[in-house]
Amino acid sequence: MKFERYGIGIAKGLTVTIRHLFRHPTVSQYPEQRLNTSRRIRGNELIWDQAKCTGCGTCAKACPQGAIEIVTSTNLGENKYTVDTYQIDTGYCIQCGLCVEACPYEALYLGYAYECAKYRRGELVQTKEMMLESPERQVSGYFYPKRAARLPKQTLLLERITEKK
Amino acid sequence: MAMLDFNINRQVLMSAVPPDWPGGFWWHWLFFTVVIIAFVLTMVMAAIYIERRGMGRMQSRLGPNRTGPFGLLQPVADAIKVLLKENIVPTKADKLVHWLAPVVAFAPALMLFAVIPFQDGALLADLNIGILYIVAISSVSTVGIFMAGWSSSNKYSLLGAMRNVAAIVSYEIPLVLAIVGVVLIAGSLSLNQIVIAQDIPFILLQPLGFFLFFAAGCAEINRSPFDLMEADSEIVAGFHTEYSGMKFAMFYLVEYAEAIAISAIITTLFLGGWRGPLLPPWLWFVIKIVAVFFAMVWMRTTLPRIRIDQLMAFAWKFLLPLAVINLVITAIQVLAWPDTLPWALIIVNFAIMAALVLLWSKFFFKLGWGRIEV
Repeated sequence: MKFERYGIGIAKGLTVTIRHLFRHPTVSQYPEQRLNTSRRIRGNELIWDQAKCTGCGTCAKACPQGAIEIVTSTNLGENKYTVDTYQIDTGYCIQCGLCVEACPYEALYLGYAYECAKYRRGELVQTKEMMLESPERQVSGYFYPKRAARLPKQTLLLERITEKK
Repeated sequence: MAMLDFNINRQVLMSAVPPDWPGGFWWHWLFFTVVIIAFVLTMVMAAIYIERRGMGRMQSRLGPNRTGPFGLLQPVADAIKVLLKENIVPTKADKLVHWLAPVVAFAPALMLFAVIPFQDGALLADLNIGILYIVAISSVSTVGIFMAGWSSSNKYSLLGAMRNVAAIVSYEIPLVLAIVGVVLIAGSLSLNQIVIAQDIPFILLQPLGFFLFFAAGCAEINRSPFDLMEADSEIVAGFHTEYSGMKFAMFYLVEYAEAIAISAIITTLFLGGWRGPLLPPWLWFVIKIVAVFFAMVWMRTTLPRIRIDQLMAFAWKFLLPLAVINLVITAIQVLAWPDTLPWALIIVNFAIMAALVLLWSKFFFKLGWGRIEV
């Protein structure tokens, strides 16, 4: 005899909801409380190492969106390429990370930040100087486990409880 | 002596016109009209707050907590927002009916409180047909809702209104039959008399009646899981799809005012109204209303919405037969013990309720009848 049909199912459901009423809610109050994101987050921006970049253009070829524009000129004196233009339209970027994986010289990283909303599309285009690493623009550990080890551990929502009883 | 005084006071309070008030009837009328309007508006705000916060916590959220301490000002913020919004009327709408509908829907919700006693004798009009008045008036708001659905010239509005009318017509019957059981025991239609008769709260003597009244009442005021006329996933927002601004606010108010009204009626009929130890009577009344409303919120959070055919089947195949059986059993009990029902009947009635619900759901009606269950 299955009792689920005689209101026991409803009673079970009611106990679940009432138990949640007396439990901590598992939410964070976003602007005031920020959780540490995953150390391997693929954030909203790209970070570029000017010293390591050789201007080979592998990243631009790997990009499925064609969002990376790179223009180089030959520097005969030092026998290498000079990067004249290096810019990424993050409006087109889908944060797939293929460029980072493709770079043979470890010169391109994904950013750790995720709050990069802008008011105009034009502001989304990142140029050479804007792409360098700085304290505000940290590097994500994506594809680079050594960089990931330096970042703070991710907070899980279960550990971080708001509005204690 | 004190006993005598009390009796005399009661006699005075029971008459609809307190003779010792200056101005007599009109002061009484003015006072209680103001009290009722203030009470309904305050309770609606409290209800919205309780519902949103309580539901939030039950769903592991916080609910609104930005406006004021603990989000207490959220209903105020909502009200201001909705009052400042643009009032849009569809081009093909029947303008007059569209404008009148919220008023017609809101007036009965307020009028219900005219006969509900806040404490002994403290009510606008102690009608000797109080509960009949409630049954009659509570159906009027359906007219307003149907006017809204029809005048909007929108298929979703009309569908929602149709569903509402169908639900009200079906659920009115078990609702009234459940009330009749209470009236039989109390021996009066006046709500104040019904409360005075409740030495044992009628929820104990009439557990099946309470269950039927609660289910039918939830359906009557279209609260989830019976909120088919506003089923967002099927018909946008039902009858108030085309309403905005102030008129939408009126419908929102009606929804909660009716929920408070039905909680007040359940409190009065089954939970002993304003009666209770220690605390003042009106406080007991409010506490009981909030408790009943909380049970409704709890149900809303837990149960999924039922389909329209299940809604009809639940009323006609489950609630109606049980209400008739409940009425017959109550009549027999009142015949056997004409003065006061014995305490032992509490156990008997709970056993009868359990047996009937089990029997009915086993042999006569299942919600998913005819469908393959996995």
